[in-house]
Amino acid sequence: MPLLEIRNVTRRFGGLTAIDNVTLSIESGEFFTLLGPSGCGKTTLLRMIAGFDAPDAGSIWLDGEDLANKPPEQRPVHTVFQSYALFPHMSVARNIAFPLQMAGNTADEIEVKVKQALAEVHLEDKGASFPHELSGGQKQRVALARALVNRPRMLLLDEPLGALDAKLREQMEIELISLQRDVGITFIFVTHAQPEALALSHRIAVMRDGRVEQMGTPSRIYGLPANRFVADFIGNCNMLPATVIEAGPHGLRLAVGALGEVAAPAAERARAGQAGVLAIRPEQVHIMAENAAHELKNHFIGRVRDFLYIGDVTTYVVELENGTRVEALLANSAPGRAQFFETDQRVKVAWRHDAGIFLVD
Amino acid sequence: MPAPRAERLTKWLIAGPPLAFLLAFFLLPSLIMALASFRYPGEFGGLAPLAPVQAGEEAGLTFENYALFFGDWVYAQIFAKSLGIAALTTLACLVMAYPLAMLIARSEKKRRDLMVLLVILPFASNFLVRVYAWMIILGPMDLLFSRFAVILGMVYVHLPFMILPLYTNLEKHDPALLDAAQDLGANNWNTFWRVTFPLSLPGIFSGAALVFIPVLGMFAIPEMLGGKDDWMVGNMIKEAFLGTRDWPFGSMLSILLTLAVLAIAGAAALLARRGSTNA
Repeated sequence: MPLLEIRNVTRRFGGLTAIDNVTLSIESGEFFTLLGPSGCGKTTLLRMIAGFDAPDAGSIWLDGEDLANKPPEQRPVHTVFQSYALFPHMSVARNIAFPLQMAGNTADEIEVKVKQALAEVHLEDKGASFPHELSGGQKQRVALARALVNRPRMLLLDEPLGALDAKLREQMEIELISLQRDVGITFIFVTHAQPEALALSHRIAVMRDGRVEQMGTPSRIYGLPANRFVADFIGNCNMLPATVIEAGPHGLRLAVGALGEVAAPAAERARAGQAGVLAIRPEQVHIMAENAAHELKNHFIGRVRDFLYIGDVTTYVVELENGTRVEALLANSAPGRAQFFETDQRVKVAWRHDAGIFLVD
Repeated sequence: MPAPRAERLTKWLIAGPPLAFLLAFFLLPSLIMALASFRYPGEFGGLAPLAPVQAGEEAGLTFENYALFFGDWVYAQIFAKSLGIAALTTLACLVMAYPLAMLIARSEKKRRDLMVLLVILPFASNFLVRVYAWMIILGPMDLLFSRFAVILGMVYVHLPFMILPLYTNLEKHDPALLDAAQDLGANNWNTFWRVTFPLSLPGIFSGAALVFIPVLGMFAIPEMLGGKDDWMVGNMIKEAFLGTRDWPFGSMLSILLTLAVLAIAGAAALLARRGSTNA
């Protein structure tokens, strides 16, 4: 039996459907992420799981029990809020003790558990501090410790890393992963930042306009996006408009614009004559000198229009002969060089016959 | 690092006029009054001269006024009664204002502004007119000229002074804190007493000060609604200056009243600081 089941849940605000008939189930011990742009309904869904909001239709089940009539304080579910929501008039230790006091723990139990919780988030010496004396990362940890201290069945995290700078965020991501593994509690994580989702999750549900567009492991979501929205939202993607020439069991033959024929992996719903896009990731596109030898099936000549040096890799924007622009990634193996190809240089771009994915319109 | 000259000059230019005003019309009169409380009353009111004009005349400085106050229990009793009425009024205002301030603070923005406007609307009509209105209401009910009428009038007049600072405080509370408390297992009762109430203490203290201090010195309401027999400190002071024309005695009462207020305010501030560090 799954830990949490969301069955056909719908939530409307006036004329707006924030959650549109969503069904999903989450297993015990999972790190599950609700990912989507702002306004996709992910926070609404989280608030309904926590009990701050109720569905207009459908039901939410935890451990086989319908949560419909349970107020938030009776749900074995705790939330880490985006703003952390630490109690400003209480010390760190008193903040962490709060859920234990509410659950009726004795003073001795509370002392032991608070100490342990502070150790779990590496804040052993901050118990007497007040929230306003802490840095963003420390507040984040206190919020985590407070939400985990009495071991809820599930932890809900509402964009908890949004307020941290990039370096700290990366560090917190690593800590979150190990914390979740150590305490073994199911995490439901809400974010609009796809790198975060890919790095942290066991499974991701990509949401848009109140619906789940795709659900699966990070590598499936990234590598085999179900539609144009998912392909575009997760990572960078070249979208080449294409028409199916022939759909075989081992692959597709596509006509891509004026470029000619391209081989692509088989796609379930593709039929001959159908229009769509060939979605192909920049790291799948090889860039090489115009006359370089290779064994890749799909290759085209173009001109370097632009390049973007990021440090570890450089992204080249190549304009093909028909005007289509394709992005290609190249790892920077030579130190001190930002680019291997000059702007306006004629180059060849190529990719494997099993790279990319054809997405029906 | 000392501030640049121009910056310091600007500060003085801005702070100077109100500071000078307060020095001239608050601090100086207070000092005059403190001095007057140690003098003899003049024969026809006012103050007796500091140096005797004729032999045997009372002149100079004396502790007689204070001796009079501490020599008769009746004055201390009136002080104690006034403190009691002020405390009761403050408590009644707090109990009535808190739910209303909370309601306003948690309404949507448009309705909030309207409700705040309604709270301050009574100020648009004259204070005395409003108290006379109570005389008309309470008279036929046989409640006029009673302690109840005094406290009712005090609460009625001072309620907005409790509502506004409370509202200003409650309005700033982060609603996520209430969600967090509930999420962590607190019911409404615990959420209120452990989160909302302690966070609103600064609002309670400023509201209490704005009610308690004016009520302590108030003479109009006890006179109009309490009648001749239920005097407060304010009535004694007024009587000393305008009735018996014993200025030194009135000054002494005013000084003691000021000291009492300062002592209470100081104790409250100390308590508030202790409260905020212990929490």
